[in-house]
Amino acid sequence: MNQSAAANSPAMQDAQIRVELLSHPTYISGVRELVSSICRRIGFPELCCGQMALAVDEALCNVMKHGYEGREDQPIAIGMQIHEDKGGNDHSFIRIVIEDRAKQVDPKTICGRDLQDVRPGGLGVHMIREIMDDAVYEKREGGGMRLIMSKKNPSQGSSCGLPDAGGGKNHG
Amino acid sequence: MADGTLQVGFETQGSAVVISPQGEIGYSEATVFRTWLRKAHDAKSPRLVVDLSKVDYMNTPGVATLVESLQIAKKAKTRLILCGMNEKVFAIFKIARLDTVFEITPTAADAIAKA
Repeated sequence: MNQSAAANSPAMQDAQIRVELLSHPTYISGVRELVSSICRRIGFPELCCGQMALAVDEALCNVMKHGYEGREDQPIAIGMQIHEDKGGNDHSFIRIVIEDRAKQVDPKTICGRDLQDVRPGGLGVHMIREIMDDAVYEKREGGGMRLIMSKKNPSQGSSCGLPDAGGGKNHG
Repeated sequence: MADGTLQVGFETQGSAVVISPQGEIGYSEATVFRTWLRKAHDAKSPRLVVDLSKVDYMNTPGVATLVESLQIAKKAKTRLILCGMNEKVFAIFKIARLDTVFEITPTAADAIAKA
């Protein structure tokens, strides 16, 4: 990697875990497993761990496809701040920051498409916003974009993106 | 981009073409999956069954290939049926509000048996 995506980024300062990768899709699965593993460790429900991993997967796909336009050698940085509830009154949560050096876009233009309009593509941002409690895009100082996402442990109040999943095997 | 390592079974059962992807359908594998779906449409069978029982994981690029396939199916008057989704895969369709757009059955046998 020629340059770090997250060098001295203030948004990364509170992250206990920091990962840097190149914008190659092969590396997405490893990040996904890391995210789901951490969520599981701090007590998130199993289905929600998978959805947290999906949200990060979607964010990385968007950076690689739209931000870097398929270039596979560009820097992406991920920071994870974890607060684990150890029986007190506060709640477990995870805050995930993804930074890149891709082209900057107006954060207001980053929105999911109308779901009534059934067509391929445009679902990634919708997924992220549905799964996470908060998802904020912003321009990075010095170039690139930043996505800050957070999620409280849904077993302690917040939803997990799908209020009534049921499971595919029950649907026919 | 990498091509991924998706394996896809392809067979004809009666009037249905059944394709059975195996593994993960992520960003890389969606391209491979799309190729197989188009091959299935080329068979011009009245029914196309996509058996997802061996798919551990799917993200929205994978879902997009199925939406594209649904559009092709509608134009060709082919009945597209998805089956065998695990809970995680079904959750994606649920969040995207696509669980009511697709015809979904629990198993491939159910899909093949459908009139």
